[in-house]
Amino acid sequence: MKKYWTLILSLVLVFSILSACSQGSPGGNASNESGGDSEGESGGSKRYAFIFKNTGNPYGEKMMQGFEEAVNELDGEAILRAPDQPTAEGQIQIIEQLITQKVDSIVIAANDPDALQPALTKAMDAGIEVISVDSAVNTDSRVTHVNQADPEAIGRIQIEAISEMVGGKGQIAVLSATSQATNQNLWIEYMQKELEKPEYKDLELVKVAYGDDLRDKSVSETEALLKTYPDLKGIIAPTTVGIAAAGKVLTDKGLGGKVALTGLGLPSEMASYIESGVSPWMYLWNPIDVGYAAGHTAAALVNGDMEGKTGDTFEAGRLGQKEVVEDGEGTQVMLGEPFKFDKENIGEWKDVY
Amino acid sequence: MAVHTANAPAAESAAKKESKLAGLAKFRELGLLAFILLLAIGVQIRNPSFLTIENVMDMATNTAILSILAVGMMLVLVTRGIDLSIGATLALSGMLVAQIVSASAGFSPLLAVITGIGIGTVCGLVIGGLVAWLGVLPIIATLAMMNIYRGFTYMASDGKWISSYQMPESFVGIATSSVLGINTLILIALFIYIAAYYFIGHTRTGRQIYAVGSNPESAKVTGINEKKILILVYTLMGGLSGLCGVLWVSKFASAQGDTASGYELSVIAACILGGVSIAGGSGKLSGVILGAVLIGILNNALPMMDVSPFWQKGIEGTIILGAVLLNAAVKRGVERNHLLRRRI
Repeated sequence: MKKYWTLILSLVLVFSILSACSQGSPGGNASNESGGDSEGESGGSKRYAFIFKNTGNPYGEKMMQGFEEAVNELDGEAILRAPDQPTAEGQIQIIEQLITQKVDSIVIAANDPDALQPALTKAMDAGIEVISVDSAVNTDSRVTHVNQADPEAIGRIQIEAISEMVGGKGQIAVLSATSQATNQNLWIEYMQKELEKPEYKDLELVKVAYGDDLRDKSVSETEALLKTYPDLKGIIAPTTVGIAAAGKVLTDKGLGGKVALTGLGLPSEMASYIESGVSPWMYLWNPIDVGYAAGHTAAALVNGDMEGKTGDTFEAGRLGQKEVVEDGEGTQVMLGEPFKFDKENIGEWKDVY
Repeated sequence: MAVHTANAPAAESAAKKESKLAGLAKFRELGLLAFILLLAIGVQIRNPSFLTIENVMDMATNTAILSILAVGMMLVLVTRGIDLSIGATLALSGMLVAQIVSASAGFSPLLAVITGIGIGTVCGLVIGGLVAWLGVLPIIATLAMMNIYRGFTYMASDGKWISSYQMPESFVGIATSSVLGINTLILIALFIYIAAYYFIGHTRTGRQIYAVGSNPESAKVTGINEKKILILVYTLMGGLSGLCGVLWVSKFASAQGDTASGYELSVIAACILGGVSIAGGSGKLSGVILGAVLIGILNNALPMMDVSPFWQKGIEGTIILGAVLLNAAVKRGVERNHLLRRRI
């Protein structure tokens, strides 16, 4: 009897350890993954891989949807992957697998700008076209980058919005994601640059707070902003969790209309706060279009329509002609200004993403 | 030692006068309380809006969920166990309840809370069964179930979030409503404390939990059903996590797959701060509540102190370490006094 128990116990242990280990390994979010037997080179249809930051992210799913749409238009095969946790290690494992599978192109939304360099360089050496999207990798690890929107435009448009909401005068604060987030930091930099212009001389940026994209921390940070700066007129939150948490705090405290809120957020998360007027309007690009543009950029590179050099142009399906522009030492493709969500259009968008 | 013997006759003669002080000296979490008061004064000096009624209420509301979970975690720790799955159970219960209320707007809030507790209880029961009947180590069993429940949450939600526009007003109202100016979350937490106080100190089962934790062999000899007790504590923990899942989703008006990821560590930290022994057998409700209060103050005060975000984590860790060291020193002193008193 005792023997059986030992056996059962050790089995349970093995399974629990296995399931515990699975946390860090790359997940199978592959809707169209091929078996790996068919070596794509000769077989006609090209294979385009997309690696997002982590699984279970609705924003990422929309981007992958757009990517798949573009690839299907071009009769290619889309391979959609993402690690379970938003880590560079998980993405490196997936890149290694894709190199072995000999895909034609890898589009990646990077979890770290530098850590992926060895893996991505190896991929490029193997003849794979590497493009970063959403969160860029450094210029040595990619052919080009698809930028969801011009960071300068994002910074500028949010300052314009908050200035209009508060009447061009008063204290404002920024509620960001983590203090390490590449995207957010760049946008905040452009916001600060924009604020130096004479027309914003009466706007005072009192603090940049970091909610770490956690609900509870973002709420605490917003409450602290309101208490530390009782005269605060507006909050800019360029991150979904942050702007929704700030919207909730302002709603609960009855501060809608007294403290203005804008930024970047998912329409579904922000629908109630935009409808109630707590946030008069906010911005976001359309992730479907971002993925779609990335798909067409990848195809243009793979088919030799362009080389990803500054000044190159290519057809991006329904988005029309796009031009490759300079980005520091590298190049990028820009989608344009972010899309404005307000009371008028939030109703039709809240169900989309 | 010498000081104490010299003081002893004096203390006896003035027993009435010093009874209050002696009572205080018996309080093991004195060091923690003193630390919290010092910290509060320090923060108040830096930011005068810290000790306002509004901020204290906000702080209490934000800490309510943590403190409820800490009560359950204390019972688990007392039995020499640990529960790492509570964040995942919380997310699962929150997600499922959010889906139910978004599908049928007429679902009553009370029923939603009960459903959440039910889901959590089932989750806890499974862990209790693994630990008690199959003898799996609690850390392994709960680590495994943590991943499984988190996986269930992603499966159930299909990676999508439930947003505030999908939730009926009445459901969001669970966490925003108040009775006599006190937020419902605080009232629920108070109710849990009172129930736990009675259960731990004044029921037979409650005492048995401590007996099993401090000495399993003798507990078995005296006829205590150890398995029953283990299942009970994990089920209670699950039920409380389920409750907190509903409260969390209602408070933030959003259900995500990665809700409260890693939250179990804050809860365990609150327990350890409150003097609960990881080795089992000892832990007091008053200490755990103080521990949760300290974590709550840190979460509230650090943003208000305007320290650089790069320093925040480090400062938080240092304060926790300082509190633990001070508390351990005071506790040792108090316990030595207890022993001395017993000798006399």
